[in-house]
Amino acid sequence: MILPRRRLVLLAACCAVSPAVATPADVAALIQVLVGDAPLKDGLIHLDLPVMVENGNSVAMTVSVADPPSPVEAIHVFAEGNPLPLVAVFRFGPRSGAPRVTTRMRLATSQTVIAIAKLRDGTCWRDSIDLLVTLAACIDQA
Amino acid sequence: MVRVLVNVPKQIAANAPFDVKVLISHPMESGQRRDQLGQAIPRDIINHFICTLDGETVLDADFFPAIAANPFLSFSVVAEKSGTLALTFTDDHGVTQTELVAITVT
Amino acid sequence: MNRLPALAVAALLLIGASDRRSGYDDASPDTRAMQDDDAANPAFLWVQQGEALWSEPAGTTGKSCATCHGDVTTLRGAATRYPAFDPQRGRLVTMEQRINLCRTDHMGAPALAWDDDRLLSLSALVGLQSRGMPLAVEPREPFLSEGAALFRERMGQLNLSCAQCHEERAGESLGGSVIPQGHPNGYPEYRLEWQGLGSLYRRLRNCMVGVRAEPFSPDSREAAVLALFLAVRANGMRVETPAVRP
Ligand code: HEC
Ligand code: HEC
Repeated sequence: MILPRRRLVLLAACCAVSPAVATPADVAALIQVLVGDAPLKDGLIHLDLPVMVENGNSVAMTVSVADPPSPVEAIHVFAEGNPLPLVAVFRFGPRSGAPRVTTRMRLATSQTVIAIAKLRDGTCWRDSIDLLVTLAACIDQA
Repeated sequence: MVRVLVNVPKQIAANAPFDVKVLISHPMESGQRRDQLGQAIPRDIINHFICTLDGETVLDADFFPAIAANPFLSFSVVAEKSGTLALTFTDDHGVTQTELVAITVT
Repeated sequence: MNRLPALAVAALLLIGASDRRSGYDDASPDTRAMQDDDAANPAFLWVQQGEALWSEPAGTTGKSCATCHGDVTTLRGAATRYPAFDPQRGRLVTMEQRINLCRTDHMGAPALAWDDDRLLSLSALVGLQSRGMPLAVEPREPFLSEGAALFRERMGQLNLSCAQCHEERAGESLGGSVIPQGHPNGYPEYRLEWQGLGSLYRRLRNCMVGVRAEPFSPDSREAAVLALFLAVRANGMRVETPAVRP
């Protein structure tokens, strides 16, 4: 049998339509404020997210900095295609065993996620991932 | 009261980093959703989390509505001796809750 | 005679035992990782609540579950047998209904609604005691045949039967999700879409609403026989409660 196309539309339509999403320019502006005049380079920090996302309601994310030349003060995570571009800020204290955090985030749509690490020596490091979201963050219908 | 599950290893060696896993029962209502009548559901999230070990900070985090419901966190701690982890989180109403977990360093 | 010969049961079930796949097998590596680690599986927040409720007195008798059952580990294996025929009441009862019957008949406490977190918590706690054990539900007639017929009945505005998706199209992708074979071995389970724990009944409701059908009511005979059919069809598969699904 052939499934009617309507059903596909149905599944896709279950997603909460958010009024607006952030844009890459919004995120760039936020990063500019964060980084200021410090040099921003790609590398050092590693952002780990699945490239194919099964359900945007809960996506495992790990950010980490391996062998930083100077202590990591904070890691900021941004989502370019979410209604609000900020995801989280993590600051590491003296009892942190490693500059690494795993959490789960929401993704409203396929988009780029960016992580910035700020080190005590003033340098800033960047990593990003483009992801494909098949089912966006949804609301339950039944 | 929000339910919290904290997982720490039973055996911890001095100065050897170990992982703490935390689950918090919270809807993390994003403020972006509407109910069946089309009314906006007000934002209600845990917006701040801090973990300390005997008063010294391990991790201090700001959360935004993009953190998934029933938040999960895993992070690394280093301890010199046995002590108490305090995990404190605050929601949009300003309500704060603290979970204390004893760790044994051998 | 209430037991069908094995051959007749097999004829009702299209998917052969060796071809059966748990929803776990169709889930992404990340979703599976959530289920594999109890410290990362949000369903354990409900299990924790269930543990507290287990020894909390409720109702006019002042009894708790623990008063009669002792340690919850004594219910190991119970969830592998549900839905089960209750000879006293002459009907099928699901695990959630059994827990509610203990509340109403043995504790003098009101029944909890099907979507009440407390009922889900207790059901998850009881189900967890059977994790890893094979489902062994009695293929009781006439309920099994009724359930099998409902599974093949077209319903809703989309005029689709459960079987059309969960047998004919199982493994294919539908609007971004893989259609699983539709086994009940992980319930109650944590669904990312629900952002919470839900019962098998909630899942059936979702699927029925999905085809634009009026869902069976929670305590209906239809919901119970369908649950029985799904369980017998999954007999031998391991209990995963509390599972994680997209
Ligand atoms: C006053 C005693 C009593 C209390 C209190 C009680 N039960 Fe029961 N429970 C029973 C009896 C007796 C049965 C056997 C079925 C029947 O006769 O209802 C049973 C059966 C069960 C079963 C099915 C076991 C199987 O192998 O099929 C489950 C599960 C269960 N109870 C869970 C609970 C939970 C959860 C609570 C607390 C909410 C609870 N019970 C409270 C007496 C009790
Ligand atoms: C249009 C196709 C379709 C129909 C018809 C349908 N389902 Fe489903 N069902 C799905 C999909 C898709 C999923 C998986 C959703 C997900 O996990 O994202 C699912 C999930 C399930 C599950 C959960 C399996 C697990 O591993 O947790 C069960 C049980 C189930 N369905 C039973 C039924 C029953 C019973 C019916 C008939 C009343 C039915 N379904 C009708 C598409 C369908």
